[in-house]
Amino acid sequence: MDNNRNRHMLDLDQLSKVQIEELLGSALKYKDILQRDMKKQDELRGKIVVTLFYEASTRTRMSFEEAGKILGSDVINVSASGSSVEKGESLVNTAKTIEAMNVDVVIIRHPHSGAPYILAEQFESASVINAGDGTHAHPTQALLDLFTILDHVDSIQGLKVAIVGDVIHSRVARSNIHGLLKLGANVVLCGPSTLLPKSTPWSEYYESQGSLDLVTDLDEALNKADVVMTLRLQNERQLSGYIPSEREYIAKWQINSESIGRNCPDAWIMHPGPMNEGIEISESVAKGPKSLIQEQVENGVAIRMAVLKSVCDIRSGI
Amino acid sequence: MSTRSILLKNGRIIDPVHNMDQVGDVLIQDNLIQSVGGTIEMEATADLVQISAEGLIVCPGFVDLHAHLREPGQEYKETIKTGTKAAVKGGFTSVCAMPNTEPAIDSPSMIEFVKMKSALDGACRVFPIGAVTKERKGKSIVDFLEMHSVGAVAFSDDGDPVYDSEIMRLALEYVGPIDVPIMNHCQDLCVAPKGVMAEGKVSELLGLKGIPNSVEDIMVARDIALCKATGSKVHISHVSSAGSVDLIRLAKEQGINITSEVCPHHLTLTDQSVLTDAGHYTASPGNAYDTNSKMYPPLRPRSDVEALIEGLKEGVIDCIATDHAPHDVVSKKTTFDNAAFGISVFETAIGSLLGLVHDNRLSLPKMVEALTKGPCSVLGRSFDQYKSLRQGTVADIVLINPNTSWVVDTEKFESKGKNTPLHGKTLQGRVVLTMVDGEIVFNELGADERRNG
Repeated sequence: MDNNRNRHMLDLDQLSKVQIEELLGSALKYKDILQRDMKKQDELRGKIVVTLFYEASTRTRMSFEEAGKILGSDVINVSASGSSVEKGESLVNTAKTIEAMNVDVVIIRHPHSGAPYILAEQFESASVINAGDGTHAHPTQALLDLFTILDHVDSIQGLKVAIVGDVIHSRVARSNIHGLLKLGANVVLCGPSTLLPKSTPWSEYYESQGSLDLVTDLDEALNKADVVMTLRLQNERQLSGYIPSEREYIAKWQINSESIGRNCPDAWIMHPGPMNEGIEISESVAKGPKSLIQEQVENGVAIRMAVLKSVCDIRSGI
Repeated sequence: MSTRSILLKNGRIIDPVHNMDQVGDVLIQDNLIQSVGGTIEMEATADLVQISAEGLIVCPGFVDLHAHLREPGQEYKETIKTGTKAAVKGGFTSVCAMPNTEPAIDSPSMIEFVKMKSALDGACRVFPIGAVTKERKGKSIVDFLEMHSVGAVAFSDDGDPVYDSEIMRLALEYVGPIDVPIMNHCQDLCVAPKGVMAEGKVSELLGLKGIPNSVEDIMVARDIALCKATGSKVHISHVSSAGSVDLIRLAKEQGINITSEVCPHHLTLTDQSVLTDAGHYTASPGNAYDTNSKMYPPLRPRSDVEALIEGLKEGVIDCIATDHAPHDVVSKKTTFDNAAFGISVFETAIGSLLGLVHDNRLSLPKMVEALTKGPCSVLGRSFDQYKSLRQGTVADIVLINPNTSWVVDTEKFESKGKNTPLHGKTLQGRVVLTMVDGEIVFNELGADERRNG
């Protein structure tokens, strides 16, 4: 059962602390390979990897494709537009069609929470990697965030990590909460009340050394924070009444040199992208000396190589 | 019509209307209940069918105020034929059919269609519920009086609320003289409009849009106000929140003429059902995002379930109704956001509810009352003939084996709707014989029961 589950990468809730650390260690090796002139490897030669994206994506899709190609696999990109999905084919039938073509790994992004679980349930042998499902999970983003943090600190244990912004609609936040708590961070979720979870079940269901708190006051969240993760604020949140105006959001929750300066001048700054500079984060902080935002993008390829290798190894019984 | 007699021997007879709970015999003659209780000795003749009911419960047939038979228009989900076969297998002898069909049951001729089709195909009594508004669009009220005169027993836009408060007010005023309930599906469409499951820890974990209790509470409060203002009968469909129970309790204490129902699943399952049944919180394929646990109103956290059980025991909630909502496979085999709301209930209802009885959460007579006297009282005096085992009334009778364990297998369902979160689960207790109008329409008196006899 455990082996069967881990054949897929659906979210970090399925991984133990040790398994997360192993993936991060493996990514370190691939990061080294990525610095070389000659990057091509043959570890996944002969494997077929499909990216099945029902939502637009630049960095996630490209980094998966790059990761798969460097490892030697053949990568096929399928997008919802221009495929039979557009003709109304159901996810279940698309899954069956793909598996019938003997693919090894399907990387899916879907606007509905839980869609990768449907694929995983259908597949008899292929592996599923979740590249973002609705407002649920984005495990490879969380892994690359952990990896990026660990490039600059010795341990996640005891770190104060503030996750600021539209938490309830954020799959990045949800997966990071799992990962950070498993590695022992003290996580503070901050934003307008309307964009915060009503409860924090995550901390209840693990034996975790970390803690999880909800605050609306930005200064409280940022006070002595070691890491600040900023989340994208979508324009539609204002239209649907979650926030009164961008003006007030900027005044109360923007990550900028003032809010960072008075609370945590040494904190590392992160953002999963794509950014709205000038809304949730100021340009000066986003491009400032403590910003890890470019590193996050760069590390995405190494993490996705590690995850691809891991699911393929599990399938092969390695 | 035959002059056949049926004698049920040594059953535990439960008849809440007469406060009866005793072991004894029941005699049915000429399709009517002839004699109830005590020992009845009959000479064995070719016209007498004698059935041992030893170890079984004998009670009035169940009356369901809330079922979706899907005909006309969605025969691929259910028909009057398959739906009523499922109903009698579940012990229901009278079923009220919701009008959210295609087209909607919103005119006298549509009421007549359901009645005629039921007379042809129905395994039990079918009572049509008419829509409140034309095409269920919430804009203009239907021909209530004529629809009632041809057989509509209640009115509801179920599936949707009667959202416009002025329409609801006028509808209640208009039906006042005929004394039939307007049943409302209470959902404030503006609150958390895209919610797909109860707001709570499970929705947060799964990243699914939550439906807070206030979505229901707001409209229950409105309907109580309109009920008080008009004096007409309002019936709250599928109560699911603790807040609704409190509001209805308060209204009843003030003498307001409001009634309500609760579904078996809301009394027995929680929102955990969407994530897992294994008691852990790791989402895994085939377990998490169970679309067969998606319904409206949603399965809610334990605290709401407890409030509903209390509300039923206190009489704040008048009855149990199934909200049997069969769907085709395709409507459920999709993402949780896209999946249709609703589950197939007829064939698991009694097994689920007996779980509460076995756990000493609900008494057996109370359970029977909520399925017989309760719903009949909501519908009014014309249903007095169906609510008890009174001598001279129609013989709608159910025999239940309360103890036999069985595994729910949707392949064996009579219903076309295989959509239930209970597939594969073990339930204790099931209906073994159902009689409508003195005719045995379902009989699975198994080896266990025969041995007992």
